[in-house]
Amino acid sequence: MITIGTTQLWVHDQDEALDFWTRKVGMEVRQDVTVPELGNFRWLTVGPVGQPDISIVLMAIPGPPLMDAETTDQVRTLMAKGFAGTVFLVTEDCEASYEELSGRGVEFTEKPEERPYGIDSGFRDPSGNSIRLTQVKPF
Amino acid sequence: MSPVPPARYLIRAKDLADSRYAEPLGVADLARAARLSPAHFSREFRREFGESPHQYLLTRRLERAAALLRRTDWTVADICFAVGLNSVGSFTTSFRRMFEVTPTAYRAAFPPAAAMALVPGCVVRAYGRPQHRTFREDSSTAGS
Repeated sequence: MITIGTTQLWVHDQDEALDFWTRKVGMEVRQDVTVPELGNFRWLTVGPVGQPDISIVLMAIPGPPLMDAETTDQVRTLMAKGFAGTVFLVTEDCEASYEELSGRGVEFTEKPEERPYGIDSGFRDPSGNSIRLTQVKPF
Repeated sequence: MSPVPPARYLIRAKDLADSRYAEPLGVADLARAARLSPAHFSREFRREFGESPHQYLLTRRLERAAALLRRTDWTVADICFAVGLNSVGSFTTSFRRMFEVTPTAYRAAFPPAAAMALVPGCVVRAYGRPQHRTFREDSSTAGS
């Protein structure tokens, strides 16, 4: 059986992303290590409190040798436009989560709205990535 | 409509401790979440869950601190503040009481966090390569 363990988001600034995903969104730090033998590469992951087996890597956009300068610029541009990836979060109560996260300074681009599949809302992380927060209707 | 069981109010306090442990929360904040006076809240919480709210919040923080000691390379002081405690001395004392070793000794009993990080092979291959290479063939190529 194949399951999802870790997925990745590009971020402009890992410290800023860490603060956002933990203090504002409420996730936990899973791993945060800087590896000197890999040129101080920082492996930083966070995950939802109730799902210890799933995490998101908050990955700094690398330069050479992993990524050439042109590609780095392209990724930065895509991220700034909000097209570098989306995380779809679910909640049991979209309105309550919206209030809670707004209270912690998360700026929603879409307030909770009724959709055929449930109540949906959206916000961006500091890097511009699009995050959905949805209360899914039971099928 | 049937009356709401007291545990429904108390669980709000428990949820608050579980989700906001990193903030400067205290028993008074938990009592407010349960809409009870602090003294009454502490008695009710203990009766319902078998431990005091202070204990529950502290063990939540220590559980997170232990995970951060195992999985990050943060300093003990950084971990102490990250889990909502503001005195490294008290943190060390509480940690020792709970785990019977200091935070530093606890960390030393596990493999280094970097060794356990799931850094993918493509990253290791790219970043592990020498960054500044000067090969004789480079200069011969440049000269040709």
